[in-house]
Amino acid sequence: MLWLAIRVPRLALEIHSRAYPESLPLALAEHAGANATVLLCNAAAHDCGVRPGMSIASASALRGNLCVVGRDLPAERCAVERIAASLLSFTPQVSLAGPAELVLEIGASLVLFRGIGRLRRAIAGNLGKLGYSFRMACAPTPQAALWFARAGITACITRADELPASLKGVPVTVLDSPEPAAALQRFGIKSIGDCAALPRAGLARRLGQHLLDEIDRALGLLPDPRPTYALPDHFDSRLSLPAPATQTGILLIAGKRLCIELCSYLSASSQGAQQLHWTLHHERRNTTRLVMDLASISRDADHLLVLLRERLASTTLEHPVIALGLACTRRQPLSFATRALLQEQVSQSAAADRLLDRLRARLGPAAIKGLEQQMDHRPEHAWRVCSLGTGRKTPAAMSNGVRRPLWLLEKPGMLQERQSVPWHEGPLTLIAGPERIECGWWDRQPAIRDYFIARDARNAVLWIYRERIPGGRWFLHGYFS
Amino acid sequence: MQHRPPSLDEILRRPDIWRGQSCAAVRSDSISTGHAELDAVLPGGGWPTGSLTEIFVERPGIGELHLLMPAASRLTHQGRWLALVAPPYVPYAPALASCGIDLQRVLLVRSANSRDQSWACEQLLDSGQCGVVLMWPEAAEQRDLRRLQHKAENGTAVSVLYRPRRAPPCPAAALRLHVSKRESHTVVQVLKSRGSTVANPVRLDLQAALTRRPPVLAEPWTTTPLPAFLQTAC
Repeated sequence: MLWLAIRVPRLALEIHSRAYPESLPLALAEHAGANATVLLCNAAAHDCGVRPGMSIASASALRGNLCVVGRDLPAERCAVERIAASLLSFTPQVSLAGPAELVLEIGASLVLFRGIGRLRRAIAGNLGKLGYSFRMACAPTPQAALWFARAGITACITRADELPASLKGVPVTVLDSPEPAAALQRFGIKSIGDCAALPRAGLARRLGQHLLDEIDRALGLLPDPRPTYALPDHFDSRLSLPAPATQTGILLIAGKRLCIELCSYLSASSQGAQQLHWTLHHERRNTTRLVMDLASISRDADHLLVLLRERLASTTLEHPVIALGLACTRRQPLSFATRALLQEQVSQSAAADRLLDRLRARLGPAAIKGLEQQMDHRPEHAWRVCSLGTGRKTPAAMSNGVRRPLWLLEKPGMLQERQSVPWHEGPLTLIAGPERIECGWWDRQPAIRDYFIARDARNAVLWIYRERIPGGRWFLHGYFS
Repeated sequence: MQHRPPSLDEILRRPDIWRGQSCAAVRSDSISTGHAELDAVLPGGGWPTGSLTEIFVERPGIGELHLLMPAASRLTHQGRWLALVAPPYVPYAPALASCGIDLQRVLLVRSANSRDQSWACEQLLDSGQCGVVLMWPEAAEQRDLRRLQHKAENGTAVSVLYRPRRAPPCPAAALRLHVSKRESHTVVQVLKSRGSTVANPVRLDLQAALTRRPPVLAEPWTTTPLPAFLQTAC
């Protein structure tokens, strides 16, 4: 067994800062009131002189547009769970350890990822794309890995017999609960090595058995079962923005984080997304909802982000957005063959589907259509638009021998009749016809017409008809282009 | 691997190199139009792929769409799209089918916004999925047209820009045609052709089939095989 511990020390701040450009000076306080103190601040705020421990009032005086966010414990818990879900694509055994800590069993994944170095780099890349800073450490027991991560030691110990020696220098502040750690420091015990050298019976009497058990678990002398994090059935994630956003560029930063979260979730569950629901939350306004149907199931974060960008480009944001949500309502298993293609080479049909997704995202599904023939003699009913790719194959016999124009007028245009000759910018010469069409009496849209092919004074060829009723008029219905 | 410096012949064959005394060789990638007379006057012997073709049309109904149909028919049967962006009228499905177009490969983009139209054109040209892209941009600016030409160069589609008669020509287009009608013949005049001389107008009889007597329609009950259960009953 080999365990990797991940600690996200600045989680409370980063759940806010990752949704916004880094240039925004941001400080985290216990609550949003003016008498609170700064707990954490980002680099932009640090550059203006804001430091942890400062009161919010003096920090705001240093930088007028400092954005102060209050601590949001439920959001932190959600964020850790979403990190866990995204790490499930690296190993099936992920456990939540502390408020901002996770442990992963990676011994079984080393072959797949070709070594511990590559696996660590892959995990680090994933966390970086999610927008978190982190500390990582490897050890044969989860407790020892956690200790290293808490101490900020990037250890990578793979053998159990190296463990006691390497734990010696670790400070006692890494212990799970702060009380025994404080007591040990009062005794003058600074490191785990010193602590382990003390008589066990006396230590247990003074500070409790828990301390000894923790040290034994770290050394692998006691079993340390960890509950495995189970992937939730639904993906529904929400990212609050530290400051209201009106520009799509800012929304895309948050959108990118959500897309990456979704795609790691999908990859952990071997699925692809078919429909996405984006929600833009506004202050005291109704939520804007954007629904996206994908032409083919996908879990490519870049593609999903392109779709969001096109969709936002065609949406006008009337009110500032305070939070962005993404839910994946329709998912489907993504087969292994498709996954291999997505990673290596994009097949022809996948590229076509991406094109259609992009067009639909920007122009709306109604603007992108296919054409289909219908079994009807009435020209206006012999065709219709359909969704792309769903059109029925038409029997070849249907289009044999009929002479139809390439352009049809959506609404037939009435023609004048002068000296019993139809007139369209000049007299029309009938060159073929009539083709009698009389049908549709059953659905109250009857067509009782004689169609002619006519040439106008400037040699354009038109498709015209005359209503075959008393006093019937002439109409222009198409162009032989 | 060390690259051999290109020989002088290779350099001179490049389409973007002109020699003063003669016309440069044009790009060889083109697709036969299906009209032999037209192929003869077009550079490369057909519709150029990977560059913009501009067709000025005097009026609708003179065979301007028919010019493209044989090539489009072949390309749709190869599984590539025929895209129509903002067509002025309804592209009539039965007529397209009788021209041999695979209707399942027809993509219709309808948008009233001219910015969206040119954006869609760019996406279609850029994707490499389309065999033929026919465009009727509403209010195309020169800047948009130049971008379209640039995108067309990336792709392999026959890219045709239909322009009304009085529209200002797009300087970026590699081929510019003017289509008119004289009596029963469609007249195609090459106005500009990058890398070759301009030929005489071509007369095509595209609409001859219209005045011919239609072939006797096969009776449906003789061509359609009876359902199996009826055949056994007979």
